Amino acid sequence: MFEIGLSNYLSVAAILFTLGILGIFLNRKNVIIILMSVELMLLAININLVAFSSFLNDLTGQIFALLVLTVAAAEAAIGLAILVVFFRNKGTIAVKDINLMKG
Amino acid sequence: MILEALAFYVFSGILVIASLLVISARNPVHSVLYLILAFFNAAGLFVLLGAEFLAMILVIVYVGAVAVLFMFVVMMLDIGPTELQQGFLHYLPTGGLIGIILLIELLIILGGWHFSPELAKTVGAPIPPLTKETNTHAIGAVLYTRYIYLFQSAGIILLISMVGAIVLTHRRRQDVRTQKISSQVNRHPRKTVELQNVEIDKGI
Repeated sequence: MFEIGLSNYLSVAAILFTLGILGIFLNRKNVIIILMSVELMLLAININLVAFSSFLNDLTGQIFALLVLTVAAAEAAIGLAILVVFFRNKGTIAVKDINLMKG
Repeated sequence: MILEALAFYVFSGILVIASLLVISARNPVHSVLYLILAFFNAAGLFVLLGAEFLAMILVIVYVGAVAVLFMFVVMMLDIGPTELQQGFLHYLPTGGLIGIILLIELLIILGGWHFSPELAKTVGAPIPPLTKETNTHAIGAVLYTRYIYLFQSAGIILLISMVGAIVLTHRRRQDVRTQKISSQVNRHPRKTVELQNVEIDKGI
């Protein structure tokens, strides 16, 4: 109970990842929440990488977490830019209204 | 030991609750605020794991840049708090089932993780003890030598995403008068200035 090992960190990351996936599944309101869920999932991956790095005594995991962070920032910038353009054209960002491609 | 366990449970508990509130809050502004709370607590977990540099980067990049960007967009797009829509309950059985299955699978795989003793010999870049070298020094010593190409490509990815975001959102508005330097430079005196002989007692 008071011994914090690798499994504890991995379990927290797993719960966080599942919450991110649930946020994508259950969300019908707007796309911004979906982008936030993607950020949560990337955060869970980062926790995994850093936990392995710490318990394996290897710095490579932290380097990879840094790279994942970079990609997450780029993805957020592009996603929000697409969202702004979409809102400018259609006037809504509700998930159920985005059916231009009849998917 | 007790203190570390206590810090871990506090950080991870607030992290899970905050992320639960991110996906369930009705107001998107509240979602962004809970996202910031989740990022702070994840940074606390990183500090517990001994990755101080990544923790600070997480606070600076995620809270300082990404979350504020989200906040700007949420406020710019003028989305009010929405009512809990019927889609939530409609997708709850499928989504909940998939989520529970995934969580159980992840916990089975990750819950009882143990390293084999031989794995310690394959460590690529061992972490130096904190009394000898700080975490930031160690990361810099590895990042700028062994992983220099990955570092450079991360910079290129950021540059491309910056250009992409600017190209996507930039627009030329027609209803606003702006200075067009090229047309000013291209003006020729012969087209615009005219010499006239004005006779006495008469206007032009």
